[in-house]
Amino acid sequence: MPRSASEPYDLAVLGAGPAGLAGAVAASEAGLSVALLDSSGQTGGQYFRHPAPALRARRPHALHHDWPAFARLRRRLEAGTTDHFGAHHVWTVTREGDDAWTVHALTGADGDGERPVRIPARAVLLATGSSERHLPFPGWTLPGVVAAGGAQAMLKSGLVLPGRRIVVAGSGPLLLAVASSLAAAGADVPAVVEASGYLGYARHPRALATNPHKLLEAAVHGSALLRHRVRTLTRHAVTEAHGTDRVEAVTVTRLDRDWRPVPGTGRRIACDALAVGHGLIPQTELATTLGCATRRTPDGTAALALDDLQRTSVPGLWAAGETGGVGGWRLARVEGELAGLAVAAHLRGRPAPGGRARELRRRRDRLRAFADAMAAAHAPGPGWTGWLTDDTDVCRCEEVTAGRVREAAGDLGARDARTVKLLTRAGMGWCQGRMCAAAVACLAAAGTAEGTVPPSAERRPLAVPVPLGVLASEPE
Amino acid sequence: MARTPAELAGAEPDPPFEITFDGRTVTALPGQTLAAALWGAGILAWRTTRAGGRPRGAFCGIGQCYDCLATVNGTPNRRACLVPARPGDAVTTQEGHGHAPLGV
Repeated sequence: MPRSASEPYDLAVLGAGPAGLAGAVAASEAGLSVALLDSSGQTGGQYFRHPAPALRARRPHALHHDWPAFARLRRRLEAGTTDHFGAHHVWTVTREGDDAWTVHALTGADGDGERPVRIPARAVLLATGSSERHLPFPGWTLPGVVAAGGAQAMLKSGLVLPGRRIVVAGSGPLLLAVASSLAAAGADVPAVVEASGYLGYARHPRALATNPHKLLEAAVHGSALLRHRVRTLTRHAVTEAHGTDRVEAVTVTRLDRDWRPVPGTGRRIACDALAVGHGLIPQTELATTLGCATRRTPDGTAALALDDLQRTSVPGLWAAGETGGVGGWRLARVEGELAGLAVAAHLRGRPAPGGRARELRRRRDRLRAFADAMAAAHAPGPGWTGWLTDDTDVCRCEEVTAGRVREAAGDLGARDARTVKLLTRAGMGWCQGRMCAAAVACLAAAGTAEGTVPPSAERRPLAVPVPLGVLASEPE
Repeated sequence: MARTPAELAGAEPDPPFEITFDGRTVTALPGQTLAAALWGAGILAWRTTRAGGRPRGAFCGIGQCYDCLATVNGTPNRRACLVPARPGDAVTTQEGHGHAPLGV
């Protein structure tokens, strides 16, 4: 539908990963005017992150098993009328009335652009994805220790590696994908160190049986790792990274069922880089600031609570993909399409979409069941804090140690991450707790009767750092 | 089997160009971020922390951790993992909050 410059878009989609792309394509093909915003200049999100055009990669698919599916989605997007706003960093969304929203964004590669923008829309689809969960350990701030997804992202977009001999560690299915791409790109990967056991999946035979592609994916990564002679150690963790100005080796230690390090089992593995991550956390800050309700996932993260048609608890706001619970790109694509159809039906005053939507809902429920099994299998055990020494930095930005967090939680009586923050500055730095919140919440709850209490839903009124000049230029 | 990421992805970029890191010449490929160019040269740290003066570089790789903050052409606090490298860029190690010249 043609739209004049002053008119609001029918739909603003925040995030151009699989969920956002599928949502934008479905809504646009249903006749809606759509604005698609993403902080990256390119579509694809983190999963389909790929080299900038200037790198002229003739085989971007070499880094992606599912590249053709993304290429098809992108073609449909480009064939339609969706306006793609790349390098737009959304810092907040405001409600202006019924079916009236304003999306506020900074522009530029890292939000440095002079020109902030405001985009009006009648509905908003939140497809903001997830970020990695990090559990600190001694030495994790050394150069050469990088996020597992970060190593993957730098490889996919910049075609670079953090070292030549890279240990991959943490927990979750991402580790296998990261290890196999690092090895394919020429790195020596001496070990994949997984804190859980893969046997956890066997407790959910039905979820496995109805999601055969997941077994295929595991087999693909497994055979790639065998080909590159990568050893997988389950129920182990990197409990220390060694080095002075960069990582030179790691200590790998056996864990008990609760992720408690078993004394006397540590051994050193020489390496010049470590890629580490402990699963993914839904990015919900834009939504929770608007009052959207959350639910607790089986691995203790807060995800948006969504109804059968991807609606959040706030009328006019839909969500799809990892922001409603981590479940992989196929689930994200299904939910995105479903949300796009649901928004179109809502704005047209039609009843809930049938036919295709029914099929999408069926697939979503099947994929969600697998996601829940996966989350349960890799949920961090409470014993991980056993590898934290008192001088380990927990908050990377503000350099707040585990000893100070424990002191706040013990002697000073803090019982949650927010109180710890007020007492120690943990979570008060540039990243606003994105890297340390999970760990701080665990430490703060260690002394309470409930034991491990997951962090509360993210509340960050400004989703990215905003220059004062931009705030000052806001109307009112 | 591919030996480098560029070979794996079949990259045939335009000719490389030069940037500097603390005065040292570093080769960057068109389309790389500053962090990617630095990693490509084996450089993993380009910031020292405010309290401990410890070295840091890219960690999350996607613009969320702010550990990769660098001073670029005199401007501090640029996220090197997001900012594209341009010919002649001068990246310098950012010390502390990056605003020491302001006397704050």
